[in-house]
Amino acid sequence: MKPQWQIEHAGPDAVLIRFGEQINTDLVPVIRAATKRLQKELQEEIRGLVPSYTTLMLCYDPRKNDFPAIQDKIQQQLAKLDVSQSEMGKLIEIPVWYDPAVGPDLQHVADFHQISIDDVIRRHSDTIYHIFAIGFAPGFAYMGNVSNQLATPRLQTPRPHVAAGSVAIADQQTAVYPVSTPGGWNILGRTTMKMFDRQNPKLCPVRPGDRVKFVPVSKDEFLLAGGQLE
Amino acid sequence: MTQSGLKVIKPGVLTLVQDLGRFAYQHIGLSPGGAADEHAFLWANRLLSNRPNSPALEICFGGLQLEAFAKTNIAITGAEMNATLNERPIKNWQTHTLNVGDKLKFAHATSGIRSYLAIQDGFQLQPSFGSVATVMREKMGGLDGDGSPLKAGDFLPCTEHKPKLTTHVPPLFIPDYQQPLILSVIPSEQTDQVDAAELEKLYHWTYRISPQSDRMGIRLEGEPIRPKLNGIISEGIAYGTIQLPPDGQPIILLKDRQTMGGYPKLGTLFVLDAFLLSQQQAHTEVRFTQMSLEEAQEKLRYFYRFFGA
Repeated sequence: MKPQWQIEHAGPDAVLIRFGEQINTDLVPVIRAATKRLQKELQEEIRGLVPSYTTLMLCYDPRKNDFPAIQDKIQQQLAKLDVSQSEMGKLIEIPVWYDPAVGPDLQHVADFHQISIDDVIRRHSDTIYHIFAIGFAPGFAYMGNVSNQLATPRLQTPRPHVAAGSVAIADQQTAVYPVSTPGGWNILGRTTMKMFDRQNPKLCPVRPGDRVKFVPVSKDEFLLAGGQLE
Repeated sequence: MTQSGLKVIKPGVLTLVQDLGRFAYQHIGLSPGGAADEHAFLWANRLLSNRPNSPALEICFGGLQLEAFAKTNIAITGAEMNATLNERPIKNWQTHTLNVGDKLKFAHATSGIRSYLAIQDGFQLQPSFGSVATVMREKMGGLDGDGSPLKAGDFLPCTEHKPKLTTHVPPLFIPDYQQPLILSVIPSEQTDQVDAAELEKLYHWTYRISPQSDRMGIRLEGEPIRPKLNGIISEGIAYGTIQLPPDGQPIILLKDRQTMGGYPKLGTLFVLDAFLLSQQQAHTEVRFTQMSLEEAQEKLRYFYRFFGA
């Protein structure tokens, strides 16, 4: 697709670059390419980048650039944007033990769509998801799109405690809880992959724009990889 | 030879190690964090001719007690906490010399809520991912890198220095945190999220600071401003962003903000006013006015050039 964008201010030290108005997986490689290019070419000018579904926020130093100046520099860079296949991002496999013992909402999601638990697992692990954004908590990656045949609304009442590693869905989105927090998504299983790991110099194994495939594993494989039942 | 530093006798209500923040990890969801009131933080470092980003203490509400195991110089700025050195009152907004065995105590805040204690050359701490800024919610930064506030027995390493001539902040630059606050807002360019008549309420009514406010954000209470939308597609949020949740009570996002948000936005609070707001107690009344982006940027440029930050 031909990228289009508007640049608006987000206060005196940040801008929002808006690439679209609707959540659309076609925007993922565009925003990824823009993030990469601006990070590289405007390194000296920027203090932080926050890519999301339809926008890229860029924080800058107001001493070096005013809004018109940073706007110009962004325009010049984005005009040269090349959204090629190489911008698709890595494909990362996340192993998941799908089981009611660690996926307390498997039955609820199955009932919601009047399908079996095996169908829920198949539908969740069949799809390659795009990472739209990472936020809410460190390493919490918003992925989509969950098919309409699986999409299930959030719980009426959020759980006070969701275990770290829980793999969950909410409407058309799916995610892994990086740390134990309260949460209202439907939990289908658990992974041993650490989505937020202080020992990892990059802290997080994925980036916005990467793609994810969930791979079902057995209880034994889960435990062997260091999986915790609680 | 023993290590030079300050030992925490009592940590007070909440004392955090801070610098100007951790910016490079926002794309994976790390809050930037950093000193809540950069104005006072930067003055503390400037008084000692430190680098602007030198690690310092943010003392919230007071109660901190320290013992010196070093000869060096410190500066205190920000909220008035009637500090004493060996039981003798010492002045805020200036430098003081410390000797081994000195006892430094902060009482409770009487004007403003956050004091800053900087030390010559800065506290010698290992940054976590580029910054010592303590973000408790994320267990990030601080003395041990795990986001903990200071506790009794903690040791804050520093370097030794000869006594230096006292420097103080010129009275003209010392804010009166008890003056009524009129906060400047740079209106959002997204005008389709809130009706103009609803938006007008922000500038017409007085709002109160809710007790449910913290380093993440200030919640306001007052005349509800009804957004046209209950939510927007989540996008990056900058310092000072004024969000409008469905209940119509604005939230102003500060240093420990989450990186993304999905509520409609009214605009952005002018950075220097957000620093002043960070010094206000719960239930304080505030009013709002507008500021152009150009004026905000000009004032901010002047501010940061002055501090060299």
